[in-house]
Amino acid sequence: MKELKVGCGKPTGATVGAPAEQTKEKDQVLEKEVVDMAAARVGAKAPDFEAPAYQGGNFGQVSLSDYLGKWVVLCFYPGDFTFV
Amino acid sequence: MLAVSVDSHFVHKMWQDYELSKMVDGGVPFPILSDGSGNIGKVYGVYDADAGVEMRGRFIIDPDGVIQAIEVLTPPVGRNVNELIRQIKAFQLVRKTKGGEATPSGWEPGKPTLKPGPDLVGKVWEVWKVDNAF
Repeated sequence: MKELKVGCGKPTGATVGAPAEQTKEKDQVLEKEVVDMAAARVGAKAPDFEAPAYQGGNFGQVSLSDYLGKWVVLCFYPGDFTFV
Repeated sequence: MLAVSVDSHFVHKMWQDYELSKMVDGGVPFPILSDGSGNIGKVYGVYDADAGVEMRGRFIIDPDGVIQAIEVLTPPVGRNVNELIRQIKAFQLVRKTKGGEATPSGWEPGKPTLKPGPDLVGKVWEVWKVDNAF
């Protein structure tokens, strides 16, 4: 993990790089929404991101791109201390 | 293995130290990421803006960074780790054979694969039986 300076703030994760944007003149807003929603789909590159993380007693910054060359299982879950 | 929720890294620490470490010796051996804004979850299509949480989304990503599988569940139902491992093994086999072999329904290590090509057209019934699906 990369270093994360621990302060009183609550940093959040974010995607890396601007989202893919199509610049068709017609229905530009709609086009952009469609592209954003379709960002993660099977057969497509996984959108890169960087986020604060906790592992093994340490805080750090983790990027998806740190794991290029390895298989990755990315699991979202509703929340800490939820039951399932 | 990367886990992500909208909780802060501070809450992740508390959960790991006070509960998860009582289930798994030393706590879970992978990073737990914080996506408080839901920015990552939105791009992956799993952020529920009404509830302010992320659905149980699971993505298998290959060494090139390409998504090979997606599963999304609503919160009350948990995942199946054996099925996850089976899928990873199947994708690894397909990758190793450069697509020369495919894994039909119900495939698990030891079961026959299919070798797609002109000779297999209309002949799957000869090499794959319905029993293999279970």
